[in-house]
Amino acid sequence: MITFEDVVKVYPGGSTAVDHLSLELPTGKITTLVGPSGCGKTTSLRMINRMVTPTSGRILIDGEDVAGKDEALLRRGIGYVIQHAGLFPHRTVLDNVATVPVLLGETRRTARTKALVLLERVGLSAEFAKRYPAQLSGGQQQRVGVARALAADPPIMLMDEPFSAVDPVVRAQLHQEFLRLQQDLGKTIAMVTHDIDEAIKLGDHVAVLRAGGHLAQFGTPRELLAEPADDFVASFVGRDRGLRSLSFDTASELPVKPVDGLSLDDAGRPLGWPGPSGLQPTGGAFTKEDSLRTVTDLVISSPVGIAVRVGPDGAADGLVSHHDLADYLASRRS
Amino acid sequence: MNLSYLTDPAHWDLSAPGGIPQLILSHLGYTALALLLGVIIALPVGLYIGHTGKGSFIAINAGNAGRSLPTLGLLMLMVTLLGLGLLPVLIALTVLVIPPILTSAYAGMRTLDHRVVDAARGMGMRSWQVLTRVELPMALPVLMSGFRNAALQVVATATVAAAVGLGGLGRLLIDGLAVNDYSRVLAGAVVVAGLAVLVDLFLALIQRWIVSPGLKGS
Amino acid sequence: MIQYLRNNSEIVWLALQEHLYLALLPVLLGFAISLPLGYLAVRFPRLYHPLINTFGVLYSIPSLALFVFLPVLLGTKVLSPVNIVVALTIYTVALLARTVADGLRAVDPVVIQAATAMGYRRLRRLTAVELPIALPVILAGLRVATVSNISLVSVGSLIGIGGLGQLFTRGFQLFYIEPILVGIILSVLLAGLADLIIVLVQRAITPWTRAA
Repeated sequence: MITFEDVVKVYPGGSTAVDHLSLELPTGKITTLVGPSGCGKTTSLRMINRMVTPTSGRILIDGEDVAGKDEALLRRGIGYVIQHAGLFPHRTVLDNVATVPVLLGETRRTARTKALVLLERVGLSAEFAKRYPAQLSGGQQQRVGVARALAADPPIMLMDEPFSAVDPVVRAQLHQEFLRLQQDLGKTIAMVTHDIDEAIKLGDHVAVLRAGGHLAQFGTPRELLAEPADDFVASFVGRDRGLRSLSFDTASELPVKPVDGLSLDDAGRPLGWPGPSGLQPTGGAFTKEDSLRTVTDLVISSPVGIAVRVGPDGAADGLVSHHDLADYLASRRS
Repeated sequence: MNLSYLTDPAHWDLSAPGGIPQLILSHLGYTALALLLGVIIALPVGLYIGHTGKGSFIAINAGNAGRSLPTLGLLMLMVTLLGLGLLPVLIALTVLVIPPILTSAYAGMRTLDHRVVDAARGMGMRSWQVLTRVELPMALPVLMSGFRNAALQVVATATVAAAVGLGGLGRLLIDGLAVNDYSRVLAGAVVVAGLAVLVDLFLALIQRWIVSPGLKGS
Repeated sequence: MIQYLRNNSEIVWLALQEHLYLALLPVLLGFAISLPLGYLAVRFPRLYHPLINTFGVLYSIPSLALFVFLPVLLGTKVLSPVNIVVALTIYTVALLARTVADGLRAVDPVVIQAATAMGYRRLRRLTAVELPIALPVILAGLRVATVSNISLVSVGSLIGIGGLGQLFTRGFQLFYIEPILVGIILSVLLAGLADLIIVLVQRAITPWTRAA
């Protein structure tokens, strides 16, 4: 657990970057720090590995004050990923990943062997090992950045806008892989982002900061969307927060009506809705595991205003109309 | 005007004191010594200024200030002050090579990608590890171009050593001029220019060898 | 030193004038030759490397050798100032042509495309868009060429013409420090002044660079 105890950072110019921040980042979880520029999120992150020294207050890792530790040794025990990855241009991908283990005294050979495994883990084949960073795409560089931070298997990872330098398609892909990786590894992760959607998508907990380094709200993404602490958080979270909050609930308890009027194939899979000019596509189907947001989207985009539920075998096993959905959402409120 | 002096085998006698090989050797000797002294003096200063940003004014203006000092005047001043010998020549040539080395060391450090340096610190490298493992290797291309520049200048300028009675390829120019032997002057000019090209080629090879392939093309 | 200046003001003044003339005429000539040459190296990329390499070799010929050698090549008298002017013009071109080429090559292709799209013809585009944008780089090269010319002129004194350099040889022959010091100081001041003037001119004609 990473604990901020009443931390203040005032820069020499007199500007306050972080103002009496108290915060707990739970072990094994992703905590995202999000806010507009100048909210002190990066400063807060960099105080954890002592890249920035707090003006007052303490930062504890598992109860131990980081100020009492040797800077370099502290940092070697904490993974660090930054925007644009910050890879060493003069070292091969493999040696970039092997950096911290070598600093910790491992032989180059064992460090490289481990690095190769890690590269594979972040989705880069061995052919990339001998390349230099300049020969990689932005997304590949970012993967190497993550592998490099993981190389010494640190319990904690600090990530400063790790995915903001890549295009949206690659970013979505990296998000997926990152969450999958975290499921296996269970690191304690602090991640800075300016993108509230990313913060909500990736964070188990989200800390929303506002200009001047004040903590506006700390909570789970669901709490943030359902009960924003004030107008600032509400506007920062955005307009469709109601719709987005549906992402956190599955359709497992959504009542369905029997399948009727839908054309099916021999295996019972939906083919489409009969119309005056032939079959109209259903536009997709949902399962019990899909979110209510997916169901809502299907209902709205369906040509007949009805979404189709399918079982694990792909066979249609229920229908939901916009009336049914509205009734269910209304019943959840009471 | 002809190449007869250059092509006369008698002038290429390895052991003859005034022969071309001996002159090349002493010329290279002055060059190497001046470069060595220049690196010892200017490299740490340039790296320090570039690393800390303190005294940038000195580094930025060192180049033009150094170029504006007439080497011949400095050499003659030193000889008048210290007497004939190797020392005044070395001082004058070292003053010549300090500015390009200082400026390039400064520029190499200043133009580093600060995000990479930040990453190095964040991964737990100590200050000297950041310098030797990240900053220096990354600054090497700029550093080497400054060093090559310095080497070119000193090879061409070391000819003035002959003007104060020392050896080096300037002897061919000064002595040739004194007796109106233009074939000898031409030989001097050709050998110095050739030597400059060879030295630069040699340094280019070293650069290719010590600069990481990852930094090529940037 | 003041005493020396007082007693030899005539000689020093003449040396200074000669120095200025010998150093700056080649800068003007060299600049005029370098502009088209540098442009050619950009217009025809195949010429770039051969030109750059040739200039590199020219630049590595010691000035003393060039001074001595040109009379033979040009048929001028050994003591003719033309030798110095031609030699320093060669150095200026060797340095500046490359700077002009590099400056023009560094102009953002997007800007060139935009200018072309707006209907600039090649020559007009060069003078109205590319050259102004490359000007800071070119003027930086001009500063280097001017300053090194001013300090190189004095080498000419070894063959009898060299502006302030004659104060060096005179002091050296007499083992007398004053003229050498005066020569060095005046030469450095001259270079500093010329440098300053170019910087001021640059600030005046490229106001957009001040914002950055």
